[in-house]
Amino acid sequence: MNILTNAQLWASTLAMAVPLALPAIGGTFSERTGVVNIAMEGIMLMGAFFGVAFSYWTGSAWVGLLCGLIMGGLLSAVFAWAAIRLAADQVVLGMAINIFAAGLTAFLLDTIFGFGGTPPQTPQLPTLSIPVLSSIPFIGAFFTNQSVLVYVMLVIVVLSHWFLFHTRIGLRMRSVGENPLAADTAGLNVWRLRYAGVIIGGVLSALGGVYLSLGILNSFDVNMTNGRGYIALAAMIFGKWTPLGSFAASLLFGFATALGIALQNHGISANLLGMLPYLLTILALAGLVGRSKAPAADGIPYNPQR
Amino acid sequence: MKHIMRALATPVIASLLAIIIGGIIAAAIGYNPLQVYGALISGAFGNAANIGYTLAIATPLILIGLGIAISFRAGLFNIGAEGQYWVSVMAATWVGYHFTGLPGWLHVILCLVVAMLVGGLWAGIIPGLAKAYRGAHEVITTMMMSYTGILLCKYMIEDGPMRKPGYIPESYPIPQNTWLPTLIPQSQLTIGIVIAIVAVVVVWFVLFHTTLGFQLRVVGSNPRAARYAGIRVPLYTVLALGISGVLSGLAGGVQLLAIDHRLAEGFNTGYGFTGIVVALLARNNPFGVIVAAVFFAALSTGGQNMQQVTNIPASLTDVLTGLIIFFVAAERIVPQVIQWYKRWTSRASTSISEEGPKPA
Repeated sequence: MNILTNAQLWASTLAMAVPLALPAIGGTFSERTGVVNIAMEGIMLMGAFFGVAFSYWTGSAWVGLLCGLIMGGLLSAVFAWAAIRLAADQVVLGMAINIFAAGLTAFLLDTIFGFGGTPPQTPQLPTLSIPVLSSIPFIGAFFTNQSVLVYVMLVIVVLSHWFLFHTRIGLRMRSVGENPLAADTAGLNVWRLRYAGVIIGGVLSALGGVYLSLGILNSFDVNMTNGRGYIALAAMIFGKWTPLGSFAASLLFGFATALGIALQNHGISANLLGMLPYLLTILALAGLVGRSKAPAADGIPYNPQR
Repeated sequence: MKHIMRALATPVIASLLAIIIGGIIAAAIGYNPLQVYGALISGAFGNAANIGYTLAIATPLILIGLGIAISFRAGLFNIGAEGQYWVSVMAATWVGYHFTGLPGWLHVILCLVVAMLVGGLWAGIIPGLAKAYRGAHEVITTMMMSYTGILLCKYMIEDGPMRKPGYIPESYPIPQNTWLPTLIPQSQLTIGIVIAIVAVVVVWFVLFHTTLGFQLRVVGSNPRAARYAGIRVPLYTVLALGISGVLSGLAGGVQLLAIDHRLAEGFNTGYGFTGIVVALLARNNPFGVIVAAVFFAALSTGGQNMQQVTNIPASLTDVLTGLIIFFVAAERIVPQVIQWYKRWTSRASTSISEEGPKPA
């Protein structure tokens, strides 16, 4: 039990939750406006790769961060155009984006940086300790030497909840995901709101990718997201398509992962412990949470001329 | 005939578009696109051994893609075929190196049946029942079960009971009399491909010529209508996911008996994810699955040859795959581009007529 009182466990839970919570909230934005988005994995990879590449080329991790977000936003804009304007099957498109991005980033890594991988002198994003909070016993570990993106994520969780559920534009975005015809009749531009949802979602997913490559490390590796985009998809559904719920689900995954790592030192098979987050999810989904209901018009293209 | 042509038009145009874009990418970084594609094609189909290799890789893709197509037909997305495949390989390996006293043919059948059973249970029991009776989303549960299954396999050969004493984490091998016979000598192509094609015909027959198949498709296309028609939707949910898992399991069993012969590290084959793509490109048509599986297998084998011959990274084929699927999904891209072109040319001609002929 002394493992559970180790503050380091809770600090790493938070750190592990970041690359899940950001794409999960990103997916929430997209699906709340009615576009099914399983492309988080690919968009994360784009953000992660171009974040590192531009950080190295410009010598500034912040410029890298910005460029990573722009590339993620661009890729999701292409996805949005095909999904909204061309009414393409969104699940198929999502798979296409994921495979394309995994291939492109691996290809560019090889052709630009060669077999040595990204250069070790690439600048990394800074870590930060919050002055007063970090000196509180126990909770202090949350706020000590965490990547600056951990705090950014916490702000994004609160902001996106407020934005989606307490502002007029948030209400409008949700309305085109529930009943686009009614929203259109009320004078809203369904397509424009959906573009906004998907692209905001893409930028948030890319931020999750940048966290992996520039927040924790300063390098990119082939397929470094390692399925996190898909787990984020699960966290989004688990969190019932809300930012706070997505964050809570991501914390649960983060906790199970962190616990697995902590218990490894106690002679229990890492492989068996690694199953924890997955089994926990199934149990929670089948037992506690039950039916999660997607937005009513999720995945259905809207044709305003009809 | 016209019907078939129309069905083929989109995938063919999509593939052509992707090949052109891939060629531009290759040319942009200084490779000769013709040489690159030449190496790709000869690597996939250049001689009997290469064809055999391509078809050997296509075999598990056909079976897994077929299973995923069935789940799509029932309106379910089985994203966890990779794990179903691996637990089946594990179970068949266990049966394979126990019970060695059996005659070879019986032992082969036993391995395949166990693989199918385990794959079916892995997909049908937890994800199937959780979806049918608790509404738990199958995308999450099948994926979680997939990760769990792969970790279970790793446990078995790294620290568990199936580990063969020695330095390399791997299981005991299965006896040689259970290996599937090869069709082309000196190649990996076995009668596994025949098993896959038989499975395609069976699935096609069941889907389109039996009540079971009809009801499964009704549940997929309109669950509410299915309920009103008295179809037991929960039963078909479990069945569809279960059958899907059975086919992933068969893929694992065949792969074990044909090529792997033991459970060893290397769990990131990606067959489960490529299987999804195969089903999507085939538009869930059983015979289309064969074409799509051979196509992606060719990209894989051809890509390896391409990397050896021209030094261009094999990941270029993943870029191509992504583009192809993108263009298949966004099939309206062609009329859209034609419309843009027409608008552009008509605007250009009207602007000329407004301004009048330009002075020379």
